[in-house]
Amino acid sequence: MPHDHHEPHSLLPSDPELRARALETILVQKGLVDPAALSALIDTYQNDIGPQNGARVVARAWANPAFKARLLSDATAAIAELGFAGRQGEHMVVVENTAAVHNMVVCTLCSCYPWPVLGIPPAWYKSDEYRSRAVKEPRAVLAEFGVALLGSQKVRVWDSSAEVRYLVLPMQPEGSHELDEGALANLVSRNAMIGTALAGAE
Amino acid sequence: MTRAHDLGGRPAGPVPDKDDTVVFHDSWHAKALALNLASGALGAWNIDASRFAREQLKDYATLSYYEKWMAGLANLLVERGLVTEAELSGDVPQSQLTPKALRAADVSAAMHKFMPYTRKNGPTAQFQMGDKVRTLSAPQAGHCRLPAYAAGRVGTVILSHGNHVFPDTNARFQGENPQPLYTVEFTAATLWGAAAENPDDAISLDLWQPYLEPL
Repeated sequence: MPHDHHEPHSLLPSDPELRARALETILVQKGLVDPAALSALIDTYQNDIGPQNGARVVARAWANPAFKARLLSDATAAIAELGFAGRQGEHMVVVENTAAVHNMVVCTLCSCYPWPVLGIPPAWYKSDEYRSRAVKEPRAVLAEFGVALLGSQKVRVWDSSAEVRYLVLPMQPEGSHELDEGALANLVSRNAMIGTALAGAE
Repeated sequence: MTRAHDLGGRPAGPVPDKDDTVVFHDSWHAKALALNLASGALGAWNIDASRFAREQLKDYATLSYYEKWMAGLANLLVERGLVTEAELSGDVPQSQLTPKALRAADVSAAMHKFMPYTRKNGPTAQFQMGDKVRTLSAPQAGHCRLPAYAAGRVGTVILSHGNHVFPDTNARFQGENPQPLYTVEFTAATLWGAAAENPDDAISLDLWQPYLEPL
């Protein structure tokens, strides 16, 4: 069809809700997709796999120096100790925020994100705005998120262009050293583990 | 190749909805994701092919995120012969569920399964940590994971990851062709010159050996 370069998807309804329904109907009718599996997939990422997992990893690193050392040297294995592993987390690297460095993570080419510890990325992480600006003006983006950097901090941006996935280990908030892991985890927001918030901050 | 997806460094407005904690804003978003995961489990394509399918969409810049996922999926289903164009536009005869289909009972195990992208075969690593390298002067045609903003720039190898599946060939079903993968760090000054916010800030990318030249 040299003069007809239509893309196959244009044959589906253009309204996204109708399009999703049409695709589902076709795939189920053809015996390619089990509708119960769709519900199970949605439930998994709605309820089981999300930033509550990453917060437990961070809390354990704060509470347990030996675990933190393992996490920084072989993140995939250390994270698997807590039972978090799998799709989009096959090759984890944890980067530690210190008084000298503030880390933040982006995927400028698509939406790569460490699913086993953070779940499905939020819309802002996948937005054109964040993908465009995070590598060129990270300090302006951080200011927009309300992150106040220390004068001593250099910014390091990790653009996830392969199957390596990055998790930020935020600095532990002052005065939290007596807390147990459960309480520490409550101080760790999703954005703090992407690098667009500080731990303990709203 | 327009590389409409290659957004790094482009001017853009404020980042939207920064504190949003809703996983799926519409039921069709959830459905679009689940349809992609369930279809992907059939094994007719790989993750690089699914990214390439989305990048190639003519309407990449105007489709919303999950619209891209649905359009890319529909194109791949036809390209790989799982669904015909006639079926996309009309009624589909009912068939038995294929044994290859992902079952509900297997979903959790499938999503937690360790499926590394590292491979034992492929060339020897040419670079060591600390080496200076220069990236290709432009991204290669097709599916190439070297962003334009870092093309033709000098950086330093800071991590070495062993051999990983090479997306450029894998996306086109031309083989995994494993290649050494490195994390390469660039200074903001190297990438952005006088426009850098702070010349000593750093930006890192994960780059395969074929994207790199010795200095």
